Amino acid sequence: MMPAIRAKASGKTAFVNVRLLDPATGLDQTGGLLIQDGVIIDLGPSVNRDTVPADCRIIEGEGRCLAPGLVDMRVQLREPGFEHQETIETAGKSAATGGVTTMVALPNTDPVIDDVAGVEFVARRARKVGLAKVFVYGAVSKGIEGREITEMGLLHQAGAVAFCDGVKTIASPRLLRQALSYATFFDGMIVQHPEEPELSRGDMNSGELATRLGLSGISPLAEVIQIERDIRLAEMTGGRLHFSHISTAESVSVIRKAKKRGLKITCDTAPFYFALNENAVSDYRTFAKLAPPLRSEDDRQAIVMGLVDGTIDTIASDHNPQDQDSKRLPFAQAAAGGVGLETLLPVTLELYHNGHMSLLEAIGKITIAPATLMKLTGHGTLKPGSSADIVVFDPDRPSKIDPYKFQSKSKNSPFDGRLIQGMVLRTLIDGREVFTHTSCIEGS
Amino acid sequence: MSVMGPEADHYPHPHLLGIEGLTPGEITLILDRAQHYAEKNRTADKTSNILAGSTVVNLFYENSTRTLTSFELAAKRLGADVINMTVGTSSVKKGETLIDTAMTLNAMNPDALVVRHNDSGAVKLLSEKVNCAVLNAGDGRHEHPTQALLDALTIRRHKGRLHRLTVAICGDIAHSRVARSNILLLNTMGSRVRLIAPPTLIPSKIDRMGVEIFHDMEEGLKDCDIVMMLRLQLERMEGSFIPSVREYFHFHGLDRAKLANAKPDALIMHPGPMNRGVEIDSEVADDVERSVIREQVEMGVAVRMAALEILVQNQRNLAGDRK
Repeated sequence: MMPAIRAKASGKTAFVNVRLLDPATGLDQTGGLLIQDGVIIDLGPSVNRDTVPADCRIIEGEGRCLAPGLVDMRVQLREPGFEHQETIETAGKSAATGGVTTMVALPNTDPVIDDVAGVEFVARRARKVGLAKVFVYGAVSKGIEGREITEMGLLHQAGAVAFCDGVKTIASPRLLRQALSYATFFDGMIVQHPEEPELSRGDMNSGELATRLGLSGISPLAEVIQIERDIRLAEMTGGRLHFSHISTAESVSVIRKAKKRGLKITCDTAPFYFALNENAVSDYRTFAKLAPPLRSEDDRQAIVMGLVDGTIDTIASDHNPQDQDSKRLPFAQAAAGGVGLETLLPVTLELYHNGHMSLLEAIGKITIAPATLMKLTGHGTLKPGSSADIVVFDPDRPSKIDPYKFQSKSKNSPFDGRLIQGMVLRTLIDGREVFTHTSCIEGS
Repeated sequence: MSVMGPEADHYPHPHLLGIEGLTPGEITLILDRAQHYAEKNRTADKTSNILAGSTVVNLFYENSTRTLTSFELAAKRLGADVINMTVGTSSVKKGETLIDTAMTLNAMNPDALVVRHNDSGAVKLLSEKVNCAVLNAGDGRHEHPTQALLDALTIRRHKGRLHRLTVAICGDIAHSRVARSNILLLNTMGSRVRLIAPPTLIPSKIDRMGVEIFHDMEEGLKDCDIVMMLRLQLERMEGSFIPSVREYFHFHGLDRAKLANAKPDALIMHPGPMNRGVEIDSEVADDVERSVIREQVEMGVAVRMAALEILVQNQRNLAGDRK
């Protein structure tokens, strides 16, 4: 685990009259929460204006929701190497604005995070920035070139919480088998980007729209073929395998069956894939160009059902910032990816507003579920003794997504202009308030 | 002339980016004007000064001799000043981005930009950044509207109508912008379109565009009024779409025997340039009775004159309104 030496807020702070949401314990109750020296020490209906210590700063919650800070298990920080698109600091600000207090960063930087020095660099920079807590994936292969495995054990010891090759598929079945097998000795998890490289060469989902637009299509088969092959390798090695951002109905069905057979298979999806379909790329909107591509409406609905029945364990933002010059191009030449940190909460809340799941279940997919998967003990929960990493939000307040207001260095989002409900009001990390919505600033 | 829907008295769009979105009336409007120029182009008095003082820039990101020449001649016959810019397709030597190029050209105040680009959607992207008329001269595998219009004019001159015809489009549908524009135009005008190609050259779900799909030439050509052959675009093919040119010609090349299945008066068309012995047999291509391939080239100039005139006049009216 990465050493977390950060300034903690000293003194006592209490939130009173809030709707406490802790998916880890199933708590959904009005009450208060008491923080001392950056740690949650008490919560529940008994914490109120009358019971809190006299030397305590009191924040009136006005019945708003208070939940554990979000845990985002798939973020591209772009530092080192691509600081024109994002840095650890701008990503930290973006996270704070989005209510994200813990991020797990992909290793596809320049240099690649494939040795202990890389892990330590990111940890040091993140400590200095002092915003969201940053954990990293180690690369599976040296230089993410897909040939030889990295020093996975040493990376694990240095703090890498899992392993992946960034946005590249671990294509070689031999390499994946060795990585899965080797990582079992420290119960390490391998995260696969499931897009069969040969079949996924193209611009958007295959089908009528791709044909009409004259863009080359990527069949949903590119994803499910990769998943089916890799499930065999996981079964053979007994390794822990996680599929990131699944996007097709078939993938959900195949993973559902594998889980029933008791295999150590897990998966996540990103808000893009349960909130949008391929129609978002009509008129060659490059902001909606993603990898994997946005799929059909049937696929989108299957992803929602996969989240509801638990086949899909978690939701990750898949934060992939791209500068304007990478997006303002003909569709085939444009880069794939979009900013995700600042839209993770409100778009996830659509699952609740649309009646697919309870508020507690929706929040669970972006807090305790990824924290448990990544073995980030003490994250994603309000249990007394945990760090006071907290988000206060209004689940109903409406707004419109405006990427130009993003704190991220990049402004590209497939959700540009989307009407949403759910607004982050305060974000606290170790009891320090790192984001306060203008409507909550005292005196305003 | 029979038209489905109301006749159009003007062309309401600032650009010609594709056939998609055009009404039968708007298509007929362009074709009627083109017919006027087709007649004029056969006289000694080919030029006019209708676009005198205006500037047309031909911006071609793909090598093209035929289309570029056709647009250049069309603009010159209308009295416009023409500049041709041929930009290499290699992304390495590209340097300047498409949008930067568009902005630069726009600053020189052209009246019309004629653009060909190897990426689908690139011409639309460019049209959003300039304030002159933009004509799509072919974008990737998306659309090539003036080709579909010149094909339609050619058909109309021979068949007297564009509705209730059965048109077979044969060959490399997957890589063809000509096929997409023609499907849209012929469907809009009320004709039936059949696509004939090996399965690897039929794009996914294209049946949803309202076409019938055939893999066998004899079957697909049965009772067709028009046989439109497409060029096999080997340069766009990544991987194995067809086993060999020889096998392709054997099953899908148009020769006299296969053509016998179409109606006796069926027209033979090809957008050019032809690969003789690949998709079409010379004997059929040069059949003076039925091949209208050379007339297509002639109609190309007329259609492009009509399109340029209509769009530049629209721009002038807009500018007049602003004053």
